[in-house]
Amino acid sequence: MPEISELWKSVNLRERWETAPTWVRMIVSGILLAIAIYLPFLNVLPFAYIRTDLSTGGSDWSGVLTTIVIYMIVATGLNVVIGMAGLLDLGYVGFYAIGAYSLALFGSPDSPVTHWFADKFGLSEGWSVPFVACVPIAIAIALAAGVVLGAPTLRLRGDYLAIVTMGFGEIIRIISRNANGLTNGPNGITNVPTPPGPKDPDTGQPFFNPIDGYRWYWLCLAVLILLIWLVRRLEYSRVGRSWLAIREDEDAAAVMGVSGFKYKLWAFAIGAAVGAIAGLLFGSKQTFVEPTGFALNLSFLFVAMVVIGGSGNMVGALFGAFLITYLPERFRGLSDWRPFCFGVALVLVMILRPQGLIPNRRRARELEDRRLEAEEVATDD
Amino acid sequence: MTDTLESQAGEVLLEVDHVTLRFGGVVALNDVDFHIKKGEILGLIGPNGAGKTTCFNAMTGVYRPTEGEIRFDGQQISGRKPHHITALGIARTFQNIRLFPEMTALENVMVGTDARHKTSVLGALFKVWPRVRVDDVDLPRNRVKRAFSQTFGVSRHYAEERAGRRVAMGLLRFVGVADRANELAKNLPYGYQRRLEIARAMATEPKLLCLDEPAAGFNPAEKEELMGLIRKIRDRGLTVLLIEHDMRLVMGVTDRIVVLEFGTKIADGVPSEVARNPKVIAAYLGEPDDAA
Amino acid sequence: MNFHELFAHFGDITVDGLTKGSIYALVALGYTLVYGVLKLINFAHSEVFMVGTWTVLGAYSLVGADEGSGVGILIIATVLGFLLAPLASAGTALAVERIAYRPLRRKNAPPLIFLITAIGCSLVLTETFGQALHAIFGPPFGRAAVSIPSLIPEKEWVNLSWIAISNTQILVIVAAIVMMVALDAFVNRSRLGRGVRAVAQDPDTAALMGVNQDRVIMLIFVLGGAMAGIAAMLYTIRYDITKFDIGFLIGVKAFTAAVLGGIGNLRGALVGGLVLGVVEVYSSTLFSSNWEDVTAFVVLVLVLMFRPTGILGESLAKARA
Ligand SMILES: Nc1ncnc2c1ncn2[C@@H]1O[C@H](COP(=O)(O)OP(=O)(O)OP(=O)(O)O)[C@@H](O)[C@H]1O
Ligand SMILES: [Mg+2]
Repeated sequence: MPEISELWKSVNLRERWETAPTWVRMIVSGILLAIAIYLPFLNVLPFAYIRTDLSTGGSDWSGVLTTIVIYMIVATGLNVVIGMAGLLDLGYVGFYAIGAYSLALFGSPDSPVTHWFADKFGLSEGWSVPFVACVPIAIAIALAAGVVLGAPTLRLRGDYLAIVTMGFGEIIRIISRNANGLTNGPNGITNVPTPPGPKDPDTGQPFFNPIDGYRWYWLCLAVLILLIWLVRRLEYSRVGRSWLAIREDEDAAAVMGVSGFKYKLWAFAIGAAVGAIAGLLFGSKQTFVEPTGFALNLSFLFVAMVVIGGSGNMVGALFGAFLITYLPERFRGLSDWRPFCFGVALVLVMILRPQGLIPNRRRARELEDRRLEAEEVATDD
Repeated sequence: MTDTLESQAGEVLLEVDHVTLRFGGVVALNDVDFHIKKGEILGLIGPNGAGKTTCFNAMTGVYRPTEGEIRFDGQQISGRKPHHITALGIARTFQNIRLFPEMTALENVMVGTDARHKTSVLGALFKVWPRVRVDDVDLPRNRVKRAFSQTFGVSRHYAEERAGRRVAMGLLRFVGVADRANELAKNLPYGYQRRLEIARAMATEPKLLCLDEPAAGFNPAEKEELMGLIRKIRDRGLTVLLIEHDMRLVMGVTDRIVVLEFGTKIADGVPSEVARNPKVIAAYLGEPDDAA
Repeated sequence: MNFHELFAHFGDITVDGLTKGSIYALVALGYTLVYGVLKLINFAHSEVFMVGTWTVLGAYSLVGADEGSGVGILIIATVLGFLLAPLASAGTALAVERIAYRPLRRKNAPPLIFLITAIGCSLVLTETFGQALHAIFGPPFGRAAVSIPSLIPEKEWVNLSWIAISNTQILVIVAAIVMMVALDAFVNRSRLGRGVRAVAQDPDTAALMGVNQDRVIMLIFVLGGAMAGIAAMLYTIRYDITKFDIGFLIGVKAFTAAVLGGIGNLRGALVGGLVLGVVEVYSSTLFSSNWEDVTAFVVLVLVLMFRPTGILGESLAKARA
């Protein structure tokens, strides 16, 4: 192991990347993007071994890619909350569910909400809000939920916050299961709308359909890239600096004029909105939402993605999302073992490599320093 | 000497008005009453545990006084949030250095400059609105972007980011940390960290700068240098409140001194007076001159 | 809102709430002990309880006890349950401490890392019963709920017009209170207990005074685990069921109880547990049992917002600055 890590260090990809001229970076990014776009059609051996549908019974490859990208979106959002602002949110699945349910409630002609609107205002049978209008509605609801959850709780100590947010995630799920009049309860909501697009002239299938899975993948990939770009902008601005400062030392940040509460709330709200977008894509792709899709374990999985990859570092979080989604799909027989494996991975990573697999360079140093500090104290005794 | 000082800086900047602060049974500040005038360097001294840091904490909103009021620039500030107080114009350093360890020196100072900035989340996200004009030096290098910015102005985010960076670098140069601007605060040598804290505090553009034992752990030469820096800070138009243990140093740099002991003020006057005050001598008797 | 139901059966409902609350209280002790000393939410404690319930099942099948077994076997099985469940739970708690937390303490890791590790441990433990053991032994392990033979048949001991109390309810409440009193006495009177309080108050000074910190930490995990084991035994007697993820909700509720009473405060755990149990049954009578699980979370948020130090205040060591 040490040799490998030495070798890795000597390659020093990160520094090379950071010091490379702009044109090199643009070309490399372009190539990576092209590969990402091409992935659903990858059929050249030996590369095709990464596909998940080689053996019979394997999952649809485009579907898996889409799930990976949706979870990468989740990781991007949660990384803002956990990695940058340093708030442990164990109820992130709640926002994911809010995104999916907002789309279903307003966009599906089968939902109690659209029925209610139709009755109330005498709209035609089968009326529903168009997909495009559902997106801002879902984001607005998630932002509001983020603020409603954050405003009373963000003043709490970190570990209390974790438990309270976990409660929030459960409450959302319990509401979706029990509020029959609102969410159809355990039956879920069918006919969740898909994004608009030209219908297939022969079959009349919508543009985004389960058969042409690559379209979903491309859509989600585009959304992911857009979101990463936006989050990057925040990271390297007054806002991102405030988040880091709060994470590092909240009291000192306050004395330097950073309103801890305001920026934590923003981190929460932004995280919520991104989570909702991911949930919305998920719901739309499934065309069906039900409460069991939003169990608490999913929250732990989300946290695991960010933390195993390397919290605070976007590349790390994305890598974590990839690992945690892809591996169980590729090795299908293992999928029942998925939660068990996260558990083991979480414990091992935290004990052996608390900074994550691809750590934020800064974070790694801090942890190293804390360890040295501890050693000094130990030798002092 | 007193007369000339008062005539040049008569106005009161900060007033600590009979402040008492208790932690459970411990009376950390007992009816403490003093003021700071604009443009002066006031020393706050006293033996360990006298309540000096607590006094800072009360002034900067970390603690709320149990009794009494603190007024800054005529406004009552006791009990207000720390970031409000910073906005009004008080900045401080910490006795036990509290930088943002994982951020670079430059970023640390930029957090300070951000206190005066207005970029919002939306502004940083879209970098479109509001637009402002900037001087030629701050315009983008790229020719197309430059022409565009000259006609339509630049986004406030961009302008503030440029200005913040420029101001922050200037401050780093001022305190002498510029050569390691891009290193993580955690990895800077001790002396740099102390001075970086001062730069960070100054970046919030305070009227009053409170320094909590900025020379702690320095050798005599370094201390002397730091006192020079403090004078330069005053010459920039800032008022300075300085906590320091080393009597000799305090005498050299301050215009006036307030002495605390066991949370009570025991003396308040020009250095020469205070040095002769029997109560102060008694309080400091046996107190080692920590010149090490 | 079903007020009629609530008032008509007020006595019964209250006793039911106290029974539940006693179990919460016993589990809450584990959170409180660990938090009091390490300032750490031992997220895996819920699984310590879960392991206890499975151990009871194991103990019963070991002696072949069933609902129809003879009195001798029933007594042996019950005693065995009361012995083995706390042993297994304490062992689990200790294992978590040694395997997961101790290396982190050595590295002086920040609290977030502890919490995430604890979540990991919790997943490993639930999945061990839900998946790993199922893959090896098959049922009863797995993701389905398993019923546990009810060795002590439910009998009403008090039956007045306004209140009815059953034997198991009395057993649970009395056993819980006895255990709490014993633990309280142990921590406040014994020499080991003094060590616990010393470390809770000021770990560094305690170390200087020659208190072995690691021993104290092991002790609190063992004590908390044993209490969770007793709680598990009482739970199976009362509710006759277990499941791989049974710990989660009880854990959250017990944690809420600990915070409600004042985390770090042993007596607070009792008060918090009883209050929470009662509030929960009242609310589930008023609304519907579907919403019962929401109660704990809402109570938790309200307490943290308005009285974050809980009803009795936070303090394992009487005076903590
Ligand atoms: N948060 C707190 N809780 C309880 N007591 C406190 C707290 N902060 C300070 N004190 C007490 O208040 C008194 C004054 O402390 P303070 O830190 O202000 O002293 P100081 O004058 O800055 O001393 P030093 O020269 O050592 O920095 C001390 O007795 C200290 O123990
Ligand atoms: Mg001090």
